[in-house]
Amino acid sequence: MPAVSKGDGMRGLAVFISDIRNCKSKEAEIKRINKELANIRSKFKGDKALDGYSKKKYVCKLLFIFLLGHDIDFGHMEAVNLLSSNKYTEKQIGYLFISVLVNSNSELIRLINNAIKNDLASRNPTFMCLALHCIANVGSREMGEAFAADIPRILVAGDSMDSVKQSAALCLLRLYKASPDLVPMGEWTARVVHLLNDQHMGVVTAAVSLITCLCKKNPDDFKTCISLAVSRLSRIVSSASTDLQDYTYYFVPAPWLSVKLLRLLQCYPPPEDAAVKGRLVECLETVLNKAQEPPKSKKVQHSNAKNAILFETISLIIHYDSEPNLLVRACNQLGQFLQHRETNLRYLALESMCTLASSEFSHEAVKTHIDTVINALKTERDVSVRQRAADLLYAMCDRSNAKQIVSEMLRYLETADYAIREEIVLKVAILAEKYAVDYSWYVDTILNLIRIAGDYVSEEVWYRVLQIVTNRDDVQGYAAKTVFEALQAPACHENMVKVGGYILGEFGNLIAGDPRSSPPVQFSLLHSKFHLCSVATRALLLSTYIKFINLFPETKATIQGVLRAGSQLRNADVELQQRAVEYLTLSSVASTDVLATVLEEMPPFPERESSILAKLKRKKGPGAGSALDDGRRDASSNDINGGVEPTPSTVSTPSPSADLLGLRAAPPPAAPPATSGAGNLLVDVFSDGPAAQPSLGPTPEEAFLSELEPPAPESPMALLADPAPAADPGPEDIGPPIPEADELLNKFVCKNNGVLFENQLLQIGVKSEFRQNLGRMYLFYGNKTSVQFQNFSPTVVHPGDLQTQLAVQTKRVAAQVDGGAQVQQVLNIECLRDFLTPPLLSVRFRYGGAPQALTLKLPVTINKFFQPTEMAAQDFFQRWKQLSLPQQEAQKIFKANHPMDAEVTKAKLLGFGSALLDNVDPNPENFVGAGIIQTKALQVGCLLRLEPNAQAQMYRLTLRTSKEPVSRHLCELLAQQF
Amino acid sequence: MIKFFLMVNKQGQTRLSKYYEHVEISKRTLLETEVIKSCLSRSNEQCSFIEFKDFKLIYRQYAALFIVVGVNDTENEMAIYEFIHNFVEVLDEYFSRVVNNV
Repeated sequence: MPAVSKGDGMRGLAVFISDIRNCKSKEAEIKRINKELANIRSKFKGDKALDGYSKKKYVCKLLFIFLLGHDIDFGHMEAVNLLSSNKYTEKQIGYLFISVLVNSNSELIRLINNAIKNDLASRNPTFMCLALHCIANVGSREMGEAFAADIPRILVAGDSMDSVKQSAALCLLRLYKASPDLVPMGEWTARVVHLLNDQHMGVVTAAVSLITCLCKKNPDDFKTCISLAVSRLSRIVSSASTDLQDYTYYFVPAPWLSVKLLRLLQCYPPPEDAAVKGRLVECLETVLNKAQEPPKSKKVQHSNAKNAILFETISLIIHYDSEPNLLVRACNQLGQFLQHRETNLRYLALESMCTLASSEFSHEAVKTHIDTVINALKTERDVSVRQRAADLLYAMCDRSNAKQIVSEMLRYLETADYAIREEIVLKVAILAEKYAVDYSWYVDTILNLIRIAGDYVSEEVWYRVLQIVTNRDDVQGYAAKTVFEALQAPACHENMVKVGGYILGEFGNLIAGDPRSSPPVQFSLLHSKFHLCSVATRALLLSTYIKFINLFPETKATIQGVLRAGSQLRNADVELQQRAVEYLTLSSVASTDVLATVLEEMPPFPERESSILAKLKRKKGPGAGSALDDGRRDASSNDINGGVEPTPSTVSTPSPSADLLGLRAAPPPAAPPATSGAGNLLVDVFSDGPAAQPSLGPTPEEAFLSELEPPAPESPMALLADPAPAADPGPEDIGPPIPEADELLNKFVCKNNGVLFENQLLQIGVKSEFRQNLGRMYLFYGNKTSVQFQNFSPTVVHPGDLQTQLAVQTKRVAAQVDGGAQVQQVLNIECLRDFLTPPLLSVRFRYGGAPQALTLKLPVTINKFFQPTEMAAQDFFQRWKQLSLPQQEAQKIFKANHPMDAEVTKAKLLGFGSALLDNVDPNPENFVGAGIIQTKALQVGCLLRLEPNAQAQMYRLTLRTSKEPVSRHLCELLAQQF
Repeated sequence: MIKFFLMVNKQGQTRLSKYYEHVEISKRTLLETEVIKSCLSRSNEQCSFIEFKDFKLIYRQYAALFIVVGVNDTENEMAIYEFIHNFVEVLDEYFSRVVNNV
């Protein structure tokens, strides 16, 4: 330790250290240490008072021993004594010891804090800095509590020295990061911003770091920093390379400060003030110009520092995303770097360009570099650079270059590193779907994917291709032909067998005309793969076989033979055995007509967000630095890529749940109870086998079978009873809810009984009660005319995903309603999980020969399943704090639509279902409530707070629940009530 | 933002570590081992930035010594890369021939 030992020789310490270093064995070292510890202990305990120097020396030795890994259980007091020494070196060692060894020993903390307080007040800059460094190094909550209020004062005091300000800024930053709640905002914030103008560059650098962190929480408080940062930046950028002396690094003026200023500006939108903005644009242009000038030094340090500023400038330009000229220049600059000989620059250029690709102004400019990027994908030796290139290709892809990019990525996949294969597969699958012009290309691409990287093709990917093929009849024939060909390869991936099995089972008939792919050929091709496949695939193939029996009656005998084989009928796997038994029986007892109905082609799947996209987002996680992660970028990239998407993502819920195909989302036809004999026959088939439970999360494979399975336990015969029930409204022929439906629904959010609807013909009354997650609703249909209603049929329909969220059992009502009479319908309701949209009630009847149809929203909202919860103020606040994530809270500020009456409000809140808690909110005008939403799958705790402002005739409503959509939905529902 | 600053030699011994975020002592050793492992496995042709868990490593090698900085994804890689060199120059100025002494 040359610097320390020269001037201030603690010879004893140097000797001790060299003794330790010379120890030949661990034992010798321990012996030497123990000897020293005994010596120090005796010195500390001795009668003679030690002078400062000795204390310092011994404390130093203890510190050294501690750093060697030994416990130190004494000497703390001596170290604390050193803090009050007037000698710098003694004080410094005291602080060093405290910073390294401090623990929350209560009496010592008091003494330490006292010493720190004295030093902070000492007006001696060196002592103040030591104290500030100690606070920052310890950074504990206790330290924060003791000093967080003092430090801002020191920071902005006019008479503080530069070095003290610098330390104070960094110390405050540290405390703020550790416990933001301890740092009070106040009038000092405005003065901190002015530190950006400070003469001393060190103070400016520290202040920028502090402001960048603080302004993220309180952007408005620090808004004035924009113009100051711009003028500071402009002075640095335009200064000559020697102006800043100490802060010039290889002829680049203040590179790190410039980067920090540019980063600070990225916390805000572009400056509103035209003059400030002009000056900033000028700065950015200067940086871009300098990149083209010949370097002032050949040293790599010079260009590195310059490039650091350049990349941060480009980040800011991308962040603003409003200056087309700058964006294009940035893109060209990055284009140069793409071919630079330094790997670092190529990596960073690819990374930046990825974000540039999602700006509408620079997307075209980015696309011009496609060949370079493809080349990088092929030739880069560094996997992380290749990964960046793949990301960029994905980001720059649009309809014009999709084919080229997808084929390059496919080629890359063959040699890609294992670690990134799955991601590439997902990306290819998404691009192929998004930009597919003709679907045969799409099918080819996905099959290629399976061929090249079958192991990395996740379920989502092959589910998706089935979904698309099922929904687009123009591609079905091609798909059948292609999978048939693909399956002919001697070794094909199991995923290929799955896709092939499913597609041939559905659409094999489309290629059956060709003798080369006649039904028996198709079957024997599939069956040749059967024995090598896993159980899941074999189960799928069995379903294909039964579908074949329907499609190709000529294969029936062969297939029945296969099903009847002992290896199927007595298979050890329950699922396979069950399928074999059931299919065999089905094919033997059911007539052709029944078979045709049961095994009909799958209906189209409801359109929804591609679950592959959801998977990719999940996989990458937030902040992984690709264009994909960021919702904003992603959205805008969709825009500019001109996505006329083949599958419009009409997402009903953002849930990335597993029910890819959302079969349950399509309401099953509500059929009348079956009376036919054929129906009973088949019911027996089902009840013979092991109970076929309708599962909640259908795989497409289950979906494939769903026509065989009863849609609900209640009506197992529904499917067979009446193949085309004319009176039954399918999902497609239900009209949209009447315009007033929402308003009518709102009336029932806080009450359970009343008139739901009334017109000249019909009145519908509601009476309902809810307990926990169950509810019963009585609907009263009153015929207001004197003529009989005929074919009267009210049905409940679950739009979207509601089927999995809410179960509603209805009893049928008489088909005739006499004039003036009233009929009653009972609904049993079970809330399975949280839901957002209410079910629809569709009422149809004939009045005087004219058909009448009416669709209403059934007054079942999530708050009906509230169970009020009483709790004390303390519990309430504790829970409130626990739900403090931003997404758990929903807040709405709105104008009162009704007179603001406390009693009415109370009644409404109680009607809404939550308990009202008195004496919780310090303001008696406010309302506070708590409750639990009971569903079968989960419980959602809810806290709410309503703050009326009588003067402004406004309310502020805050909801906190453990589930984000629930918070928002409850907030919306309740806000409409006041 | 810088998460940590490490100086580790080729044998994997940590020579200096400074953490700017709380990391438990026991986890530090594990982290440092993993960090140096991923640095040692790199060749000269590879770039100086490694995506590591949910953050990035930026490293430079001086003879047998690696200096590694862990940053979050909003940090400017080039600035940190050059900052490492600046740091080494400062050490060199202060202690003279720093690399050989460590």
